[in-house]
Amino acid sequence: MPHDHDHDHTEPPSDLELRVKALESLLVEKGLVKPETLNTIIETYEHKVGPRNGAHVVAKAWVDEEFKQALMNDATEAVANLGYCGRQGEHLEVVENTAEVHNLVVCTLCSCYPWTVLGLPPAWYKSAPYRSRAVSDPHAVLKEFGTELDEQQKIRVWDSTSEMRYLVLPQRPEGTENWSELQLQQLVSRNSMIGVELARSPRQLEEKDK
Amino acid sequence: MENFPYQPQDEEGPVFNEPWEAQAFALVLALHEKGLFSWQEWASALSEQITAAQASGDPDLGNTYYQHWLAALETISQQKNLSNEEELTSRKSLWRAAYLNTPHGQPIELSAGEVS
Repeated sequence: MPHDHDHDHTEPPSDLELRVKALESLLVEKGLVKPETLNTIIETYEHKVGPRNGAHVVAKAWVDEEFKQALMNDATEAVANLGYCGRQGEHLEVVENTAEVHNLVVCTLCSCYPWTVLGLPPAWYKSAPYRSRAVSDPHAVLKEFGTELDEQQKIRVWDSTSEMRYLVLPQRPEGTENWSELQLQQLVSRNSMIGVELARSPRQLEEKDK
Repeated sequence: MENFPYQPQDEEGPVFNEPWEAQAFALVLALHEKGLFSWQEWASALSEQITAAQASGDPDLGNTYYQHWLAALETISQQKNLSNEEELTSRKSLWRAAYLNTPHGQPIELSAGEVS
């Protein structure tokens, strides 16, 4: 296949992904599967897809200051060094929650999402209400997720594009000073890396495991 | 659903590393639900792929599980006359061309692959 550098193009995905697309599009055309059926099946499993990669990144940043600096400087490269590579052309930026700022990620146009670290986007992330309200009323959105911020914390909303994806680095929960990186990973939920929730506290983890 | 040996799992179910893996997983479930092959037939198609991969020295079944899954899906689709190798190959080229013909950041439509 000639690769024309003279015009703007999109880098094709891996051969494996092309094989899946080929088979899926043919089966859909023949009426053997419905796209809605596939979406329903995938949505059932979406929370199991990938967010552990992001949890690995976050927990490592919590315990390893050098890695954290590299991550804040160039997340695409730092994350690739852990073996999580996106398709060509997508850049990842990590935005850090602090005592002053809470970050929230949205894609107002469609559903751009850092899937290399978070897996498939949840259905609500792709929904029109979330996409508009994350920008117009982020406080209400957080409240619906049961997330309470400190009064002095401002919310900063990051709008993803096909070129730029964002990952929230949540604040490390209190009472985890002696925890290992592996233990800390359990505190990092998918939603905390989108910014609609905080990282789990050790107590919440205990309750989840009951 | 039955469990398969080596399928990447956690306590809540299957785990995927990339979206295409979930897509291939969903295709098998959807075709099976439509009655196009039995679960037994699927299980044996998949285990044939895994056995063959092991025999040729597959080093890590955890990472390559869905590659075997996809190969088994292509095989069973052809056995059941749901598709054939020729159309799979030409459709794959069409998708590749569609990516190359689409400016970065725009949605990829299959029809873009037909533009020279």
